[in-house]
Amino acid sequence: MVGLFVIVGLAALGYLSLQVGGLSWNAPGGLVIYARFDEIGGLKVRAPVVIAGVKVGQVTDVRLDDTLRARVTLDVDPTVEIPADSSAAIRTSGVLGDQFVAIEPGADTRRLGAGEELMYTQSALSLERVIGRFVTGENEEDGQ
Amino acid sequence: MSASSGGGPAASAVAPPRRAGGGTPVHQLGNNVVVFVADLGRMARFAVEVVRATARRPLRFGRLVDEVFDVGVLSLPIVLGSGLAVGMVLGLQGYDTLVRFGAEESLGAVVGLSLIRELGPVLTGLLVTGRAGSAVAAEIGSMVASEQLDGLRMMSIDPVHLVVKSKALALLLAMPLLSALFICTALFGGYLVGVGVLGVDGGGYLSSLESAVGFREDVAGSLTKALVFGALVGLVATYRGYRSRPTSEGVSAATTATVVMASVAILVLDLFITALWGV
Repeated sequence: MVGLFVIVGLAALGYLSLQVGGLSWNAPGGLVIYARFDEIGGLKVRAPVVIAGVKVGQVTDVRLDDTLRARVTLDVDPTVEIPADSSAAIRTSGVLGDQFVAIEPGADTRRLGAGEELMYTQSALSLERVIGRFVTGENEEDGQ
Repeated sequence: MSASSGGGPAASAVAPPRRAGGGTPVHQLGNNVVVFVADLGRMARFAVEVVRATARRPLRFGRLVDEVFDVGVLSLPIVLGSGLAVGMVLGLQGYDTLVRFGAEESLGAVVGLSLIRELGPVLTGLLVTGRAGSAVAAEIGSMVASEQLDGLRMMSIDPVHLVVKSKALALLLAMPLLSALFICTALFGGYLVGVGVLGVDGGGYLSSLESAVGFREDVAGSLTKALVFGALVGLVATYRGYRSRPTSEGVSAATTATVVMASVAILVLDLFITALWGV
């Protein structure tokens, strides 16, 4: 009876840690790649990284680099082969939803290795900026 | 011990107000503080004694298993039942607020975060205090009242080692497991209400739950809280029982003091853990 209690209790703990807490993404062996953005909006650490809407990893670090751009560290499932010329974009789920990083696969046959950087990025869409541009009729290209 | 017998020149000067009703209110307040601090000190020394006894052989594993049965397995019905109810209430309340913003998909995140960070460990701690902590204090207290512990000492058996240690350890070990079970049942309760009754998307509930909750920030903190509360309840319950006056009145006072002290301490410690480590 006690054994059963301990096993079920540990199973509950395991479920909370691994499934709900997503412990496996923090485990060593995840592919660490970087992306630089001009504007990350409200992107936070632990935001999901998705490819075609499927979660493949998470943001593990956000910091400012020397050129005053945001350098975002992504921890991605190493079994996913990401082409080297893929691009990253910051999107929002719903109007009030959290922001996440979407990777759009490129066509390169070479896959992205650990520590490499995603070359093409698209910054977070700032609603104020869009409205401002609409009002002033300005039409400059944002990001890269 | 010296404080309880009124030792020291400063303490003997205010010795008469030790009786209730004597002395000015200021005297009484100071007296109460002295008694409280002395009690805390004795409890700390008792804690050291328990830790030492834990390390000492024989380990008495069989007794520990029996105690985990009493403390853990027998607490399961109320912990799981309360968990289900709390999860359902969170589902209903959370939905009510979220639906105004059209964000009912985030129900899983709201239910999960509040449960894992706060409600799981705290409510489990309070439930276990009421159900198991009081029983432990009453059991040890009645052993004191019927002079069983003195009998053990006469046979040169350390009562802390034989009786107290396995009870305190059982509370410490059972708390994280009970807390995890409470949280899982409550998540299920929230799912039942959210998905089954209110029509939230099931996949949305689970994915918002899983993306909002992190291991290091939330689950590890929850586990720390449960362990701290388990140690706290184990210490307070055994100490109160061990130090109870050897009368039936003393046993009931020890039981009450256990529940009050442990519950208040859980809530206050929870604030400190949250404020200091942000979990």
